Amino acid sequence: MFKVVSEVIDRDAVRQAVEDPAFGAVLIFEGVARNNFEGRAVHALEYEAFPEMAEAEMRAIGEELAARWPGSKCAIVHRTGRLVIGEPSVIIAVGTPHRAAAYEANRFAIDELKRRVPVWKKEVYDDGATWKPNAEADQGSVQAATQTGTERP
Amino acid sequence: MPTVRVRYFAMLRDIRSAEGEEDFELPEGWSVAAIYAELFPPGPEGAIPVGFAVNQIYVRGDHQPQDGDEVAFIPPVGGG
Repeated sequence: MFKVVSEVIDRDAVRQAVEDPAFGAVLIFEGVARNNFEGRAVHALEYEAFPEMAEAEMRAIGEELAARWPGSKCAIVHRTGRLVIGEPSVIIAVGTPHRAAAYEANRFAIDELKRRVPVWKKEVYDDGATWKPNAEADQGSVQAATQTGTERP
Repeated sequence: MPTVRVRYFAMLRDIRSAEGEEDFELPEGWSVAAIYAELFPPGPEGAIPVGFAVNQIYVRGDHQPQDGDEVAFIPPVGGG
């Protein structure tokens, strides 16, 4: 399951997407809308996506993850639109035979997502709003990286 | 005239058009970076850095799109 949705993310559905009797661990990461950025109060977050490409990139991340941690499964759902503080913006579930790989693989998935999946975040303050790129966002080098990383048929 | 569909997002939409997409008549031999420079001329603070995608796959700035392609400008991402 690799999806961009405009409503509240169905946490159980993300969890169920990585069901497997061979798994000894399922690790769920939630990225959550936070109420501050560098000391400034944030009232809400607005996410926008290039949905078709975001889903394709998330799927590519899932395929890379499965190649790197054989026998694992991953599901990623990202939300768009206006989020109130405390709501999850993204949920990533990773299932693996043993727990160590679940931690590593889940970290890989969120790091890659923040680097290259075409989703944007606007922070809404008392007195305005700003588009806020990730520190990890990959520009320019995205182009080189993807020569090997994200091509698909 | 060959035409591409151009899509752009977030701060780029704020600059040009809330709709975030338009057709662009493609002069022969133009790269995706050339199209970007034409539609989003650098302001006083320079150009917004972007990645490029054609038909939803990241490409290099020197990639030359073809008639009917979808060209996307990807400003620094903020997901997660």
